[in-house]
Amino acid sequence: MSDQPPERDLETLETRLRDARERSHGPASKKKDKNQPPGNALGLAFRVGVELVSAVAIGVGIGWLLDQWLDTRPWLMLVFIFLGGAAGILNVYRMASGFGYAVGYQKGSDTGEEKPRDQGPGNEE
Amino acid sequence: MAAGHSPLAQFEIKRWVPIEIGDLDVSFTNSSTFMVLTVIVVSAFLVLGMRRNALIPGRWQSIVELLYIFIANLVRDTVGKEGRPYFPFIFTVFMFILVGNLFGMIPYSFTFTSHIVVTFAMALVVFIGVTIIAIAKHRLHFFTFFMPPGVPLLMAPLLVPIEIISYLSRPISLSVRLFANMLAGHTLLKVFAGFVVSLGVFGVFPLAFIVALTGLEIVIALLQAFVFTILTCLYLNDALHLH
Repeated sequence: MSDQPPERDLETLETRLRDARERSHGPASKKKDKNQPPGNALGLAFRVGVELVSAVAIGVGIGWLLDQWLDTRPWLMLVFIFLGGAAGILNVYRMASGFGYAVGYQKGSDTGEEKPRDQGPGNEE
Repeated sequence: MAAGHSPLAQFEIKRWVPIEIGDLDVSFTNSSTFMVLTVIVVSAFLVLGMRRNALIPGRWQSIVELLYIFIANLVRDTVGKEGRPYFPFIFTVFMFILVGNLFGMIPYSFTFTSHIVVTFAMALVVFIGVTIIAIAKHRLHFFTFFMPPGVPLLMAPLLVPIEIISYLSRPISLSVRLFANMLAGHTLLKVFAGFVVSLGVFGVFPLAFIVALTGLEIVIALLQAFVFTILTCLYLNDALHLH
């Protein structure tokens, strides 16, 4: 060790640091896989329920407002109840198929590190 | 007063300092008191914890640093580098909800997170803020987002409304989750506390249950603060990396 020139020493230190960082990042990225917080079955069921109901509620709300505006009571509300139900099921489907909590759209495929979440069977691409 | 024994009496809003501006009731209530208290406690805890700013932190400073690092890592892992400007907001939200939830665990205190008005207002701030960020960053491209790629154009009239409803349901599910968890937990505690008295000697069983339930409630208080924060991060991630 002592007969190595100092630059060499720094170099090995650099690689050792990088290795250590990778090692410490390894478990972190694995943990990211379950980006959703730890929850029991009851918590999961509760989440599913909230996602379903909130989408239907928004659907009903939009339908009701449109009906008020366009004077087409009850038709648009009927249509939007079903659309809301579909959105709710979409929410739950996305939640269950590896999109984590994101009730959104395509998961960010731009950041290379976030691959785990892209592997869900529900990936639309 | 019979209402004092209702399990829901703990959620009652009491006007402590009635203030009215025009028709608007802006009284200083028990809810506002605990919000102010939360802000003071959080600020004092963080500022006083870091007052020595030692290289080798003491216990208090360690807690503060751990909280900071925890949220910083969360933001970095879920949002990435672009999320850094929003870290102060996310950290504030986390600490506010966390301490507010934990305040609720103190007997005779008031849990402001058990009110949908409070949680929905917070969720709405997050939702509107995230939407503005997305529109400011992506302009009109934001609206192409309601149309998943690779879908035939024929499906658009059906899919776009569904996507919009799905997007609009975010603040509701975000706020209901926090509010319902706190409401249900605290009501359950009170209901079982009522059993203790009415069962006489056998009241030890519900009493033991309450002890366990209190532990669970503290876990839920921590967990729900974390859930709200991680959802904020995920929404922010969606806004920053539309596609």
